[in-house]
Amino acid sequence: MAEASYPEDLLYHPEHDWARIDAADPAVATLGITWYAQDSLGEVVFFDLPAVGASVSKDASYAEVESVKAVSDVIAPLSGEIVEVNEALADDLQKINEDPYGEGWLVKVRIADPAEREQLMDARAYAATLGG
Amino acid sequence: MSAIDENHLHADPGIDGHHPHHPATAAAAGPMQRERARTIFQKGSPGRRAFVCPPLDVPMPDAEELLPKRFRREQPPRLPEVSEPEIVRHYVGISKRNFDLDSGFYPLGSCTMKHNPRLHERAAALPGHARLHPLQDPERAQGALELMFNLQGALAEISGLPHVSLQPSAGSHGELAGVLLTRAYHEDRGETRHKVLTPDTAHGTNPATVTMAGLEVVKLATNPDGGIDLDDLRAKADSDVACLMLTNPNTLGLFDPNIEEIAAIVHGVGATLYYDGANLNAVMGLSRPGDMGFDIVHFNLHKSFTQPHGGGGPGSGPIAVSERIAPFLPRPVVARDGDGSFALDFDREPGSKSIGRLRGFHGNYGCFVRSYAYICSLGADGLKDASEVAVLNANYLLARLREKGVAEHLPLAYGELCMHEFVLSGGPMKRALKIKTLDLAKRLLDFGFHPPTVYFPLLVDEALMIEPTETETKETLDAFADAIAQILAEAAADPEIALGAPYSTPVRRLDEVAAAKRPVIRQALD
Amino acid sequence: MLAAIGVSSVQEIFERQIPEGVRLGRELDLPQGLSEQEVFAHLSQLAARNVSAEDELSFLGAGMYDHYVPALIDMLMERSEFLTPYTPYQPEISQGGLQVMFEYQTAISELTGLPVSNASTYEGPSAVAAAAYLAKLHNSKRRLVISAGLHPHTIETLRTLAHGYGMEVVLVALTTCSAGAAPGSTGGVTDPDAWAGAIDDDTSAAIFAQPNFYGAVEDAAALSAAAKDAGEPVVIAQVDPITLGILQPPGACGVDVAVGEGQPLGNRLDFGGPSFGFFAAREEYLRRMPGRIAGETVDVDGRRGFVLTLQTREQHIRREKATSNICTAQALNALAGVVYLAWLGRRGIVELGELLLSRTHYAREQLAALAGVEKLHEQSVVREFALRLDADVAAVRGRCLAQGVNPGVDVQALSGRDEDRGVLLVAITERRSRADIDRLAEVLGAAVASERQAVPA
Repeated sequence: MAEASYPEDLLYHPEHDWARIDAADPAVATLGITWYAQDSLGEVVFFDLPAVGASVSKDASYAEVESVKAVSDVIAPLSGEIVEVNEALADDLQKINEDPYGEGWLVKVRIADPAEREQLMDARAYAATLGG
Repeated sequence: MSAIDENHLHADPGIDGHHPHHPATAAAAGPMQRERARTIFQKGSPGRRAFVCPPLDVPMPDAEELLPKRFRREQPPRLPEVSEPEIVRHYVGISKRNFDLDSGFYPLGSCTMKHNPRLHERAAALPGHARLHPLQDPERAQGALELMFNLQGALAEISGLPHVSLQPSAGSHGELAGVLLTRAYHEDRGETRHKVLTPDTAHGTNPATVTMAGLEVVKLATNPDGGIDLDDLRAKADSDVACLMLTNPNTLGLFDPNIEEIAAIVHGVGATLYYDGANLNAVMGLSRPGDMGFDIVHFNLHKSFTQPHGGGGPGSGPIAVSERIAPFLPRPVVARDGDGSFALDFDREPGSKSIGRLRGFHGNYGCFVRSYAYICSLGADGLKDASEVAVLNANYLLARLREKGVAEHLPLAYGELCMHEFVLSGGPMKRALKIKTLDLAKRLLDFGFHPPTVYFPLLVDEALMIEPTETETKETLDAFADAIAQILAEAAADPEIALGAPYSTPVRRLDEVAAAKRPVIRQALD
Repeated sequence: MLAAIGVSSVQEIFERQIPEGVRLGRELDLPQGLSEQEVFAHLSQLAARNVSAEDELSFLGAGMYDHYVPALIDMLMERSEFLTPYTPYQPEISQGGLQVMFEYQTAISELTGLPVSNASTYEGPSAVAAAAYLAKLHNSKRRLVISAGLHPHTIETLRTLAHGYGMEVVLVALTTCSAGAAPGSTGGVTDPDAWAGAIDDDTSAAIFAQPNFYGAVEDAAALSAAAKDAGEPVVIAQVDPITLGILQPPGACGVDVAVGEGQPLGNRLDFGGPSFGFFAAREEYLRRMPGRIAGETVDVDGRRGFVLTLQTREQHIRREKATSNICTAQALNALAGVVYLAWLGRRGIVELGELLLSRTHYAREQLAALAGVEKLHEQSVVREFALRLDADVAAVRGRCLAQGVNPGVDVQALSGRDEDRGVLLVAITERRSRADIDRLAEVLGAAVASERQAVPA
């Protein structure tokens, strides 16, 4: 994805992470990193998939993504338990760069505290933090 | 560099005669470029060899008695099978694919790439040094111990700190010793302190070391002049701070004018002050860390004291400390006995406070020989001259790079004058000329120069950190400044040239992403 | 130059930057500089006051050994292209150094039987401590169970650094030959029961030496298996690389991380350094390895090339979360190591190992037959062995030294441990012929006899 984009249907964390509340089951959210995060990092060369069943805490790191010259903590926008990881990334990390909001998703979590959603930003507010 | 290119490095930036980013460059490659890099494991032939084993001159007992079969290796390691001429050709051949300090200017910031006198190699190779066993009885190694004692004394005088351990193997190892010493000092006083303050300009080794020593890093901000932000320091200096780790001059090449106040604040909360000696080459004989208030210093003998870098080691990282830290020094240290002889002091008495060993034996003695020879050659006057000329050279090169045509693209990040090195920002260049610091660095390779350190320190956008050292001539500095100006002018006309550089090197830009994604870190064998 | 800078003197540059209160204001209290020939004369005089392996018949070892260093190593190490570059930060002009690292990693991987190697670390004992840190990062457990057969310097280094790591060091004793030893026990090796007993769920790493400090060949496979039965430690072996032509490689013995002192491989003694430490591991530990690693790739024109890779492990990127604070490697010493291994070659490393094994066995039998001298243990040895003397070791050594023979290391003087009293550690390299060994037997026998006469029991 060459151009910056921040879909309207996502919730954003200031550390450049997004959450998508599952339409069918609002207790589950899909998490990933934003276009800005992958662009700053450069081509992702390593992502160590976390374990299903692990718990994540809002504002805390639950994984790392690496490019050749940088490492970035992946921050959980919401607390919860990991119920699925994107196994397809094991073979094709480029999806994180090419399609950060689609095939480049990282994990799905069962949300522990739905109220935490209120603390996240919408696309417009997040884009504003990037200074245009 | 290939042999063909060597004679033309300065004159020929490698793209004459054809368009730079045109595939035609491959056809212009020299023989070393054309040969695909084959490893020693891909050469030779079964049964071929260099080594001739001395004869078996003792009775051959039963194999099982010598070594039971279950302990024996079943298949020999698949080492190369090559003759001596093949080994020589191979390694001499690949050596020519290296750039080196003896061939050209190497202004790597923070690395102090000064000339390595060949005298040092000759002295270190004397059998009395080179074939001396580290467990030789001290009374039969008096020359070595005297050399170490004298080196300890010289480093103490240069740093202004009286007690020295030569043991650490490198700067990073010296840092680890320093933080462990700080920890031991506080623990001995019954205090548990968790935090170590490091400026955001610090070398990466500083925070890594702090974690290995079981403490926690707290970052300090840099003020607009490039020094420590005193307000931030005051806010963070409390009774949980074990130490402040500082490089002075810092990684921006600036001497912190508030150093006395910084020391007072740090000592005021009972913490120690640690000096990263990476930049000592700026101040030898001019200013001493001990006099600035530092408690612990590490030296990089491979920087200020000209141990050759060897393509990435060996180094040596002795430390000097103040009286209050001395009881905790790693052992052994070399002491002089009443009769004038030299001994290894292990301090094995009960109640010893030493943090213990950091490695085997006494440290990198071979490096001590070279650095001691250097100190003897230069003497008190010469060491001061070395620092003065290092600073003069840096300021002269900085002045040349502040001329029109360069300064608007590569402004000085902080300050006016500098010490032994300085940091430019390639931010304006990136915006105006559409080339990054990395591209400038790669294009410099075609001009026969090793590029400066790039992308460090982290707080400078597109940083370019330049340290010329005292052993370079004005002509070399001018040629380098001219090359920078030429590359910028060239980029203004056509940024593609720099973006595609280098062209004249044994290989061109390498795919680091592929190397990291699917690591191949050894030769596959049949 | 001053005019270009805009100052009137060099002093002004300093005065404008360094506060007066911290300017030295006097000359350093060091001698004035000397000419090249004066410095060389001074360093020659110092060298002449050392008794090197050139000047006596030396059987010193205990971590560093007087192996023969082939002439081509001197020649290659003195080449400017290897001697004077910095770390290969610019791969386009550092292919020589990077390829050497890649070849070195291959050689270490082959020797140890483990798939991944770094480009070297400082030296032996600190490499063991670096491996312990890998274990800490890997499993966050607290205890380091270590064999008393590790080199005393390794044990001391581990204790120093374990304090920083927040880990506890638990020492497992060796078996003895004395009364009460298990039937069939040769003594001198890590006590298997105590080893298994010491390892628990909170054990981060289990560490032993092969051969151990007293020369004994350990049952590495049994130690590894026992460690993994008792817990989930990272099994670390400190290995003598010169023995790996004939001893089972650590990778075949269940070892996870093999480290050691590289000096025997083509590096000179240099009174203890610089040399190199090697560091090899199973694939799963690759991203926890300390130090530089060279990897293969291609350039934009498709040519094969090498780069430093997996750098996100390192301090300059990961900073306080790095796998180590180590900045560089021992590239020049590692070059000597890989050239030496190429020079020995696939057959040579086995032949050399067999020669060492035979001569060491011969020497041990000759010496143990002397009155007042016995083997410390009966276990197999490769190029070094321990003896117990029925006499004061320092006095015996003094008598031998007067005869131009350095019979080996007084272990108690090295370790400071009471239980090492009377122990002499004798190293045999390929430079010590049968005639040299016979001379040692003659001189040592006479020295022990004289001491036993001089000091009646």
